[in-house]
Amino acid sequence: MSYRLGVDVGGTFTDLLLINEQTGETFTAKVPSTPGDSSVGVLNGIARICEESGVDAAHINRVMHGTTVATNAVLTGKGAKVGLVTTAGYQQVLQVARSFCPGGLGGWVSYVKKPLLAPLELTIEADERMDAKGQPVKALDEDKLRDDLKALHAKGEVEALTICFINAYLNGEHEVRAKQIAQEIFTDMPISISSEVVPEMQEYERTETTVINSYVRPEVARYVNNLNAALEEKMGDNLHLSILRSDGGLASARSAADNPVNLLMSGPAGGVTGAVHFCSRAGFDNILTFDMGGTSTDVALIQNGKPRVRRETRVGDVTVRAPSVDVRTVGAGGGSLAFVPELTKALRVGPESAGAVPGPAAYMKGGEEPTVCDANVVLGYLPSDVQLGGAMAINKDAAVKAVKKVADAMGLSVEEAAEGIIKIVNEAMFGALRLVSVEQGFDPRQFALVGFGGAGPLHANALGILTQSWPTIIPPGPGVLCAYGDATTLVRDEASLSYVKLVKNTSKEELSQALTELKEKATATLNADGISKDMQSVTYQADVRYTGQAFQLSIEFTEQELQEQGLDLLVKQFDEEHTQLFTFALEEGHEIVMIRAVALAQAGELEVTGVEQRSHSLDECKIHDTQFYYEGCYHDAIIYDRNKLHDKLVVPGPAIVSEMDSTTVVLPGYEATVDSVGNLLINPAAQ
Amino acid sequence: MREKIIETNSAAFSRIDVDTVTVDIIENALRNAREEMDAVLFRTAMSPGIREQGDCFPMIANRDGKMVVGQFGSFIHGFMQAYEGEVEEGDILMTNDPYMCNAAVSHLPDWIVLVPIFKDGRHIAWSAMFGHMSDNGGMVPGSIPIKATSIYQEGIRIPPTKLYKKGELQSDILELILHNVRTPQWNRFDLNALVAACNTAAKRCKEIAERFGDDIFYSTMEIMLERNKIAMSAIINMLVPEEPRSFEDYVCDDGMGMGPYKIKCKMWREGEKAIFDFDGTDPQAQSSINFYLNEEMFKMFFGSFTINLVDPQILFNDGFYDLVEVRIPKGSLLKPNFPAALSGRTHALGRIFDVMGGLLGQGAPEAMNAAGFSDSPHLFYSGYDDNGEWFQLFQIGFGGIPGRPVGDGPDGHSLWPGFTNVPNEFIEAYFPLRVEQYRTIPDSGGAGLHRGGNGLSVAYRFLCDGHIAIHDERWLTYPWGVNGGEPGRRSTKRLVRTDGSEQILPAKCDDIEVRAGDLLYFDTWGGGGWGDPYQRDPQLVLADVHRDLVSIEGAKRYGVVITEDLTVDEAATQALRKTLSEQRGDTQLFNKGGSMDEIKARCLEETGLEPPVAPKFRQARA
Repeated sequence: MSYRLGVDVGGTFTDLLLINEQTGETFTAKVPSTPGDSSVGVLNGIARICEESGVDAAHINRVMHGTTVATNAVLTGKGAKVGLVTTAGYQQVLQVARSFCPGGLGGWVSYVKKPLLAPLELTIEADERMDAKGQPVKALDEDKLRDDLKALHAKGEVEALTICFINAYLNGEHEVRAKQIAQEIFTDMPISISSEVVPEMQEYERTETTVINSYVRPEVARYVNNLNAALEEKMGDNLHLSILRSDGGLASARSAADNPVNLLMSGPAGGVTGAVHFCSRAGFDNILTFDMGGTSTDVALIQNGKPRVRRETRVGDVTVRAPSVDVRTVGAGGGSLAFVPELTKALRVGPESAGAVPGPAAYMKGGEEPTVCDANVVLGYLPSDVQLGGAMAINKDAAVKAVKKVADAMGLSVEEAAEGIIKIVNEAMFGALRLVSVEQGFDPRQFALVGFGGAGPLHANALGILTQSWPTIIPPGPGVLCAYGDATTLVRDEASLSYVKLVKNTSKEELSQALTELKEKATATLNADGISKDMQSVTYQADVRYTGQAFQLSIEFTEQELQEQGLDLLVKQFDEEHTQLFTFALEEGHEIVMIRAVALAQAGELEVTGVEQRSHSLDECKIHDTQFYYEGCYHDAIIYDRNKLHDKLVVPGPAIVSEMDSTTVVLPGYEATVDSVGNLLINPAAQ
Repeated sequence: MREKIIETNSAAFSRIDVDTVTVDIIENALRNAREEMDAVLFRTAMSPGIREQGDCFPMIANRDGKMVVGQFGSFIHGFMQAYEGEVEEGDILMTNDPYMCNAAVSHLPDWIVLVPIFKDGRHIAWSAMFGHMSDNGGMVPGSIPIKATSIYQEGIRIPPTKLYKKGELQSDILELILHNVRTPQWNRFDLNALVAACNTAAKRCKEIAERFGDDIFYSTMEIMLERNKIAMSAIINMLVPEEPRSFEDYVCDDGMGMGPYKIKCKMWREGEKAIFDFDGTDPQAQSSINFYLNEEMFKMFFGSFTINLVDPQILFNDGFYDLVEVRIPKGSLLKPNFPAALSGRTHALGRIFDVMGGLLGQGAPEAMNAAGFSDSPHLFYSGYDDNGEWFQLFQIGFGGIPGRPVGDGPDGHSLWPGFTNVPNEFIEAYFPLRVEQYRTIPDSGGAGLHRGGNGLSVAYRFLCDGHIAIHDERWLTYPWGVNGGEPGRRSTKRLVRTDGSEQILPAKCDDIEVRAGDLLYFDTWGGGGWGDPYQRDPQLVLADVHRDLVSIEGAKRYGVVITEDLTVDEAATQALRKTLSEQRGDTQLFNKGGSMDEIKARCLEETGLEPPVAPKFRQARA
């Protein structure tokens, strides 16, 4: 017997999913997260899931893990004190940043800049200089650097060190040498250099990215090491711990700890890969996902079963250059606060959130302001009288009282105000879905919509109406989907290189040779993981743009395609995509900016147990009758137990489908079915 | 205006009731559409000015031409007044001539694209966007000649013209225009990008109307304008007193030896209407520093600025225009007579915001900001590189955001929405120069309870022979402090030649020859301070010293004595603060660094430059 375990550590809960690699049988568990040291929560969860399933922990030999440790360090400002070494003249590169004040005309009046992640008092300059061709203009003054580093070290404050020199994206020699010198002084401290972390042009972005890497590195390393040691103790030495990266690939624990900047979107990437897992098995390869949590919603577009990867990651107001699944986040979630500003009397929802504390009013934890969750309670979408799986107690009176504040300010009934809140928050999520679809040239009507996360299933049907994406899918275990994603992801690594050549100035042979070298680099970690060559596949990517343009597109291709079609392959595909995005293409000036080899371990097919043979009638699935408010009036509805539903039943709306960790609303005029994988599919009702 | 627009479907729109939630949804959708315009532009534009610096402004207007979402207010009325022909579906119009569009754009390098949006044969809205082109022809690279004395020297003038007729690109016209500029490829791409952005907005408007219905779309735009009017009415009542207030500030010089030029404005309220009267502003300048200020545009400046003061959540649009009246004397610096040169208008434009801050602030000093980086100074560097190829760099300078009620001003930032600096690695990769220093200037931010942001010192090492031009300000007058705050430090430009000789360059100059190896220190100015510097927590001053943002000597401006081992000497600080407070006496509302006569008298000694002579005005043509 061998098992693999998916673990997703979120802000509030740690979700676990245990899969029998032979039979595909699954077990899930949900335990509170332990923000002080997340590994404690993980171990609690493992104890719980082993106890409940009767599986011996020693039989688990792969633990695949999505973590928000890095993200939280950034969001809460609790990362390491980072020391920074810059090129002379650039000490204040982070202080000046891009000189940008957000907001419209006069936005500067209220703009408050956050403290730097590498404080100026811990930033020193090195005498050295590369030119824009990567040639040294001025040698590194090693003696001066040594003295300055000693003085910096003597301050006793630096917990992680970063080195970022101008034009090091072209030639990292000076950085490498500076690192060697720094290691003599800062022994036993992680040192990140920009030419290794992100060899890309733009000094501010490269510095910020490398600094973030340092900023989260001690925290992530501590966590990974603790976890690894504890797991090995429980499960033996042949345990393999992998961590899900922002780009949706898995990395070994060690490489994750060295480059934690690649983990910032690890959490959302888990959700996306989980959604892909269930949907592609059910035959839906083109999907839009929305993962609605308490404070925000992450949306993504997946075409042909592959999430789009973009070259930058945003966390809070920090933007770094690291590849991540193209997930857009909008500040709209179950906890988003509704309010009515004095001057315009317009109804606003979010981006401020009630968070976990004080939380929505309905949860009676001290919250009194109306939230999206309260509006759901008022309208009856989140029934206060159904208690499944020990969910949190919901107090409808408190929700009504909170929403009434908004209703009174606008002169509406409580139901009208609540429905307004829901519509506005849906519109915000719709805006984010448009951003990844319509605005990228994709028609959402040709995609299925997948809703998950704590609040996603409540809003999925309504969003399906807005996007006209059918079916609208609620995958199994929508509240623990990220853990599914973690457990079903492939080992992946990549190697890249700044190429910067016009297509007309390079050749198929030259490009092919450079890519072959990258391929060797990218497959090295897979080899080290013991993945045999015949289980590896490699694809190539080239980032192409019209020279002079800031925008670039990643074109994906195989070795064989390159050999058959030559460089025309890139030109043609780029022009097609550019036209799709911007309605025009140019005849010349195609420039290859970066090239990349991506190595993937092929999927070891995992059985999906799907829906067990069930034979309940629809009536037997009924929990009880209820009512909910939709489009200006109350409708009689029935609450069903999802665990009893199966593929021969059709649930007609208005209905509510309830399960342990979430609640799905089926609106009047729509119906839900269950497919063989266990997905709940919502469609317009057959006439 | 309406009679010039040909609709194939004459059905009237009807104003109907729209529930408030639908209004909110459409408002959000239109905001998103506007942001998408920016996104499309940045991704497809080619010149560093637009795609890296964001020197461009989008807008969506209702069918009557009133801006519903956007930043710089609507100009469509003026545009359509000037346009002789008719407009129909598929047409795309453009212009760059301030004199032909009632100053919708205020100098020739800003090219504006206007798209009438049709649905089912009816005209439902407008989208428009303008962007700063890298070059517009004329007497100097970059097309902002300081010494131009008429607009004819500032490059090609494009009257309101159809770039597309019924969906057909008028390529003869486009080629004629591009033939007249030094950077045709950049302009072609940037113009294309402006069109793509406007078309995107058009598509979105049609989708929204499709989704909700044309009448709801139409009515909602009206409601959005009304909402804004109600909000602005409250703001005007709050901020504009019935008792007249007046404020004046200056543009230091005109680049041809005369200055400073006074901008004066008086503000008061009559009933619900705010009145701004620029009587007392100096007559138009001999050179290109004139700023043709459209009255409507000033209303927009006022509205946008005050909304950000009060509640940035309020959607800003043209709805409140009836509540404001603006009077600008003809023939003045702000309303010069044709064909006065206009290209160097950025300084007066920026100064308007200082004037507005000073005007509004007198009524509510605690909410007032000091004078900030009210400009976007330029550096041009052009010539032929080692391969014999023409290069032309246009850089915008950044400086100190002023001390504000909310806190210190950021160092080396921009006051303009959306503006960002261009990465130095990008510049070095594409232009023959090296940026050897990029740091803020210690002590350049005005001292205050909240200090002004520091100016920025950028050291450019030129790697090829060529020419540079500089447009800068506040080298003579100070970025003033408020509520006891000190003024910020002024700007300087220092050219160090390879032989070691140094030269102080005037703030406005063009055609300066540079040689490979020459080094230019382009130092911008700091923001003014806010509040009494002697009240600032000495530990904050110390922190700034640790960060090299304030020097030990500079800490004394706060009355803070810092020891050599970088700690605060509490006793000495207390004593120094006592002495300085007594010397100073009561704090002043404004600290402009002395009277104009005093400033001029000290000019040569302090700046290394002769003071400008008082402008002797030609009789401006009526």
